[in-house]
Amino acid sequence: MSLITLNVTRGDAQSGQRIETFEVPYREGMSLLDALLWVREFKDPSFSVRYSCRSANACKECMATVNGKAGYLCSIRAAKDTVVQIAPVSGLPWVKDIVTSID
Amino acid sequence: MELIDLQTDVLVIGSGAAGMVAAKAAAAEGAKVIIVDKSVVGRGGATILAQMTVAVALGEAEEDHPDIHYEDTMKGSRGLADSNIVRTIVDRGPELINELEGYGVKWARTAEGIRSQVVAPGHSRRRCVYVDILNTGGATSAGLRKAIWKEPLITRCKNVMITKIVVEHGKAVGAIGFAFEQLKPVRITAKAIILATGGLTEVYARNSASANMTGDGFFLAAEAGAELRDVEMVQFFPIAHLYPPLVGIDPIMWDPFRYKLGGRLLNGLEEEFMEKYNNEVSGVYTAARDQTTFAIFNEVKEGRGSPHGGAYLDFRMVPEQKLKEAFGPVIDILARQGVDLTKDMVEVAPMAHFTMGGVKVSTRMETTVPGLYACGELIYGMHGANRLSGNALTEAFVSGRIAGEQAAKARELTEWSAAAFDAELARLQQFWHPREVQQDEAAMLALKHELQDIMWEGAGPLRTEDKLAEAERRLRQLRVKVAEVALARTSSYALSLVEKLELDHMIKLSEAIVAGARMRKETRGAHVRLDYDQTDEQPASIQYTLTNDHTWRLASIPITHSSSAMKGGE
Repeated sequence: MSLITLNVTRGDAQSGQRIETFEVPYREGMSLLDALLWVREFKDPSFSVRYSCRSANACKECMATVNGKAGYLCSIRAAKDTVVQIAPVSGLPWVKDIVTSID
Repeated sequence: MELIDLQTDVLVIGSGAAGMVAAKAAAAEGAKVIIVDKSVVGRGGATILAQMTVAVALGEAEEDHPDIHYEDTMKGSRGLADSNIVRTIVDRGPELINELEGYGVKWARTAEGIRSQVVAPGHSRRRCVYVDILNTGGATSAGLRKAIWKEPLITRCKNVMITKIVVEHGKAVGAIGFAFEQLKPVRITAKAIILATGGLTEVYARNSASANMTGDGFFLAAEAGAELRDVEMVQFFPIAHLYPPLVGIDPIMWDPFRYKLGGRLLNGLEEEFMEKYNNEVSGVYTAARDQTTFAIFNEVKEGRGSPHGGAYLDFRMVPEQKLKEAFGPVIDILARQGVDLTKDMVEVAPMAHFTMGGVKVSTRMETTVPGLYACGELIYGMHGANRLSGNALTEAFVSGRIAGEQAAKARELTEWSAAAFDAELARLQQFWHPREVQQDEAAMLALKHELQDIMWEGAGPLRTEDKLAEAERRLRQLRVKVAEVALARTSSYALSLVEKLELDHMIKLSEAIVAGARMRKETRGAHVRLDYDQTDEQPASIQYTLTNDHTWRLASIPITHSSSAMKGGE
């Protein structure tokens, strides 16, 4: 089974930031948002990500920093056997994990 | 814990097109408005995903009149629409299109400067305006966001979930809920409350709407004592994307291209099949959504489906240059993911798309509970058993506008009891944390997937008594299982707390869908009973009310169409 490895920012204002690693089974055509929702479903429901439209690149809520570059998680395809760094976008108030306060 | 305690003239719950138009309309009448959304204001829900068109009898592309729009909509509804609601919506469609244009929503215009209008199945005239292919909803949301951001009478509250409408002495007087970016209880006292929370499509495994379309408003309204109608009527969008998997694209995006380029639908044997069902001529798209959905799933049932259980959509006969012009940037998004439409077919299949039944309202958008209004996809009446393409945004704009105007007339602010607030907070604590746990005992997402599978298998587009009964049994078990799950305490971005409430609402509303689908022993529009393939001569609407112990009481009410609605309602 192919995996993708996610190094994601965890924590909130009280606990401070740390990086946690999750290995997610790769599925053809999955987005990085799909991979993070897999984490919420099978590994840790307390992991927080902001999303709404899920796959359409319409609501623009799933913004994050992916390998150092800002992007939308629903629109970036996961590639098998890769390691991906996912962090909150900079320049916006940080809420929890990779969630920032947007308006 | 810090409390958010607010007072306002009008509270709007939900911020798709209907909610934002309602907020703006109420403010235009001088009312102070609070608009709350589970998501970020103006970004969640269905509007932002609406790519297609808005049906309005402007009569610019060709001669048209609201009377003709009325007739087409009534005919499309398979006899089940509420004639007074349809009349109310179609009459003010043109006015709202102009109002939205004033907010910067740039409807496409022809070289002559008139609004471009296209035809869609079920509409007898070129009636449907649009902004840009695939971006009508996005542009509409953006225009409305700008309009309400600029309005000093409107206060926006994001990431707030309302869990109860407070009814005292028979009147809706306020709402209770919680903010979850930083967890805080919320109490709002309002002269009038407008529900604009959209549909319930998230109960199905395959659906085309935002993840937060969990039908909260249906449940809030029913619990407050309001009447629902025909919630068993769910529209499935026939040619939603199925295979290969794609990211960054709306699954229902194929539709405008099929209109424009005459994409062909083929079954698993690569044969055209639509002419067998609706005499649809090859390359011309005329069948309505209920008909195409039935045709595709019937082919699958007969063993002639595509490999992943749908149909092929084929554009290979269209010249490459024409494909490029029509698809614009979409062709590159597809190419990057290995799809070349000059060589490859894609697979499509129906997806849950729209809740056609809903909260029973008057032509003033009053629910059956004084002080409580509803608008948008949440209401019943416009679509009956089959919604025509383009009629959803028309309904959202006009019903939102009317709800806002009417709610702004409320004059009386009623202080309501602290006991109601304390009781709801206690209920929530008990609901979320029946035991103290360090981690959620089960992932709400996993349980939601269980629900979505039950509904897809048991109460999808093709229904039978056996499968509905099985769905009912499994829903009963799931309801108990979900209720027992204890969640961990959390203070910031408390997604699990939201998800458990959403799931509770969705399970109870799924029970309503299944009960109604069992009661409706006929085939009509989107509701196909394989074991009852006749359509009753006398159309009847199913009324749903919620008892105090959260079970549904159903009654069948024969429909009589108002003769005064047929010609000009004014």
